[in-house]
Amino acid sequence: MNRRHDDIPVPAPVQVHADRRLDTVGLYCPVPIIRTSETVSRMSPGEVLEVLSDDRVILIDMPAWCRSMGHGYLGARQEGGELHLYVRKQERPVSTPAVAGKD
Amino acid sequence: MTIQAPPGRRIKAVGLISGGLDSTLAARLLLELGIDVVGLHYSTGFCMNDHRRAMARPDEEPRRMRNEGLRAGADLGIPVEILDAGEEYLKMVLNPKHGYGKRANPCIDCRLFMIHGAAEYMREHGGDFVFTGEVLGQRPMSQHMQALRTIERECGIEGYLVRPLSARHLPPTRPEELGWIDRDRLLGISGRSRKEQLDLSARWGIADFPQPSGGCCFLADENFAKRFHDMKEHTALERIRREEMILLKIGRHFRLSQEIKIIVARDEAENRFLSRFERPGWRFEAVDCGSPITLADGEPDTDMRRLIASITARYSDRRAEPLVEVAARNGDREERIVVPPVTDQSLAAWRI
Repeated sequence: MNRRHDDIPVPAPVQVHADRRLDTVGLYCPVPIIRTSETVSRMSPGEVLEVLSDDRVILIDMPAWCRSMGHGYLGARQEGGELHLYVRKQERPVSTPAVAGKD
Repeated sequence: MTIQAPPGRRIKAVGLISGGLDSTLAARLLLELGIDVVGLHYSTGFCMNDHRRAMARPDEEPRRMRNEGLRAGADLGIPVEILDAGEEYLKMVLNPKHGYGKRANPCIDCRLFMIHGAAEYMREHGGDFVFTGEVLGQRPMSQHMQALRTIERECGIEGYLVRPLSARHLPPTRPEELGWIDRDRLLGISGRSRKEQLDLSARWGIADFPQPSGGCCFLADENFAKRFHDMKEHTALERIRREEMILLKIGRHFRLSQEIKIIVARDEAENRFLSRFERPGWRFEAVDCGSPITLADGEPDTDMRRLIASITARYSDRRAEPLVEVAARNGDREERIVVPPVTDQSLAAWRI
């Protein structure tokens, strides 16, 4: 499928109470993800971070980062030209091998 | 085989994950062997995907802009940390100990930089060995036997750098000798054919990866390399910052004299990017028509400003007209220059 940049879907609006907010508007990839990672590392498990961005591709990268790190991606909403994304910090072992233990 | 882990815990490997097929397969193979894997993905400032994203062209395909390291981490179910390579990486790129490949690619030094980083990460965060997706004989500069040995030796982790895809062509590493990894289950891939990797990806259901032959590093790009070496030739190395590297990726570049180089935006997306790019110096734009933004490096005198105006006029919507008015601005100073658009024959001599 040959999707266009403007066709990246914004998920259905979410209503989430955020404990912290991180403004990355105007910053280019991958700085918003690096800043998100730094901020989440200082938060407690269960807390929610709201990330502001004007980079539409973050709608692909943020869920991927959350899946990779084991955090919860709660969705996003759009307000004018800005995206608001929500991440819930979760705890899990550093690595949970997907296919370990076959032997 | 049962892994003989250090008492009380599992083995953990720290590896470089570009998101390409080889590093993905290397990580997946270690997972198959029951090893915990942490991935590191370096942001070097020379990634084509990141640049496409910064340009934000509306017709760009999202897959060509996403971060492949994160995508691979999500697909593999392993944590992937993104590391900013920063100014230190730029210093290495400007003065690589082992030199450049065919373009501006300092492949051996780049591997050294990243594997050093992985080794440091392993020491700080805990880990038992470092791995990469390198394949013996795949790349002429950095993946022949001598280069692989040099990289391992200079990184100071001799014996603890595992290349799972080519391991059986290489001497046994300590993790293999200690029984942490079953050498018989590591692979013996070599050469430039991707057949074995593609077979493996099919077997493991890994379907979403960037095309192997695509390449995603500006340093290996022919046009970027010409501009890069031109900059090195005309600028003191200590004055070159990451901002200059960003500009090398944008627009048409013309060297007009030893001191003066100009960058002419190619489309609306580049114009938008340059209009936001804060940088002292002269900017040119044809008046009352579609026009590229032209940035000038150096201090152009009156004659030189006329030449730059005529080049800007050549790429404006009024290129077919005999005379075009061009605005030249530098801080609070503005002048209007009326010039004929330059001919294409003249341009060829200045193009970088």
